[in-house]
Amino acid sequence: MTGIAIAGAAEAQVGQALPGLSASDVMAEAARAALADAGVAPADVDGVFAASTQLPWASVSLAEELGIRPRYSDSTMLGGSSPMAHLDHARAAIDAGLCDVALIAYGSTQRSVGRASASVQEIDPWEAPYRPMLPVAAYALAASRHMHAFGTTPEQLAWVAVSARRWAQGNPRAWSRDELTIEDVLAAPRVCDPLGVRDCCLVTDGGGALVVTSAERAAALRRRPVHLLGAAEAHSHRHISAMADLTTTAAVESGRRAFAEAGLTPADVQSAQLYDAFTITPILFLEDLGFCPKGEGGPFVADGRIAPGGELPVNTNGGGLSYAHPGMNGLVLLVEAVREVREAGRDVVLAHGNGGVLSTQCTVLLGSEAAAEERPRAMRARARRPGGAPLARRRSGASRAAGR
Amino acid sequence: MERSPVAVFAEHCRRRELAYQVDEAGRPVFRPRVGPATWRVSAGHGTVYAATVMRPRGGEPRSLVLVDLDEGFRMMSRVVGAEPDAVRVGARVTLDWADPEAGADAEDAAPVPVFRLQPEAGA
Repeated sequence: MTGIAIAGAAEAQVGQALPGLSASDVMAEAARAALADAGVAPADVDGVFAASTQLPWASVSLAEELGIRPRYSDSTMLGGSSPMAHLDHARAAIDAGLCDVALIAYGSTQRSVGRASASVQEIDPWEAPYRPMLPVAAYALAASRHMHAFGTTPEQLAWVAVSARRWAQGNPRAWSRDELTIEDVLAAPRVCDPLGVRDCCLVTDGGGALVVTSAERAAALRRRPVHLLGAAEAHSHRHISAMADLTTTAAVESGRRAFAEAGLTPADVQSAQLYDAFTITPILFLEDLGFCPKGEGGPFVADGRIAPGGELPVNTNGGGLSYAHPGMNGLVLLVEAVREVREAGRDVVLAHGNGGVLSTQCTVLLGSEAAAEERPRAMRARARRPGGAPLARRRSGASRAAGR
Repeated sequence: MERSPVAVFAEHCRRRELAYQVDEAGRPVFRPRVGPATWRVSAGHGTVYAATVMRPRGGEPRSLVLVDLDEGFRMMSRVVGAEPDAVRVGARVTLDWADPEAGADAEDAAPVPVFRLQPEAGA
């Protein structure tokens, strides 16, 4: 077996962290748990990857916490999509022989210390005079444009929150599990029109970690490997006033490249973990990643089609809207994608990270052993088929969609 | 470079001019940045590209918009002289000026470019 695989995955302190724990402590607990999951000792790790708004020296802190003396270190900051980028970078480093066992970790105590101190906003002279409530105002602007351009409705946005809640109700570990209706979402206090509080993600503590190594090495470890089928990153701007088209993100690029590498299309994806900081974001990513045409994301998410029993399982743990959202949510999405392959029997799972104000987009496709073995054949088949497979609506997902 | 983009922009603002840069091909550039050396002054007419009403807890609702100026650049701003929730995407707007934030430190703080809704045709 060639390629890269995830050999261990874990979360820590999701929800409310114990009093006194720092972001670095949370990251370290998750890292130790992921290493135990993989059956790998800290001393075997020679590559460290981490980023957190609370930890400017994240990979250095991570190595100190675990007593690791790495030969490869990467604190790349892409906001919420950083862990997906770290996975892409870890793959490159392992392929290049720069490290053998990579540890990717994240930790946050933003609920405990408050968002304002956990995530300090840079002062931007071209936006600051208008005192934008960031990041939510930026996503509200994008939602306003999407509604104007495509007729997307507040009810369709609300379906994203309600679908997430229904997944959370099947997950005893989810932060928010109370009944939530479309009417509840629409009647909730507005934050930045058209987004209300139920359109906004949770603010929780928490951390996560992955152990990544060659598929060959992973095969000899404790857990069945979860294979990296494709990964790609892209970014288009840092500030919302510099985003060219507020209805189209760089996920178009990251998705196209990740699917091309995997030799797969959206029709092959059995569950999708899509960064849901706000209800508009999964709509944008379903369009940009090719699950539906541009502008049809609103109808795509409506009427329970991404909820349990729907056509495409999206954010199967309850997502950032109902499970947990510790500041930068990429690692939580990846851990859930791993869980989906390991425990829900999915062969192909997509995890898509977003960072900043729709700024950074990173797409990862994970798969089972079967999907990894299938991959060379799928890629040959795709090469013979000019234009690739149609990116039309899914037809066959419903039977697989039931249950977590 | 003799002066920062922020300094050049602010000097125009003190003259009630909304300045933008153009690149070597004559294309408008905004947000101002290090690089383009040529500045021009906008006629101050544009269209609301995206709009929200920010509702801070315990504070007054505030307008926030992205405006596409007719010269072909986009900027963040706010609409004044109207209820914030009366601002629609696609509305035509005209440049106006607001005083800098109270407490903004410098006495040489420049006026802030904002926008007003244009009266509907025939109104």
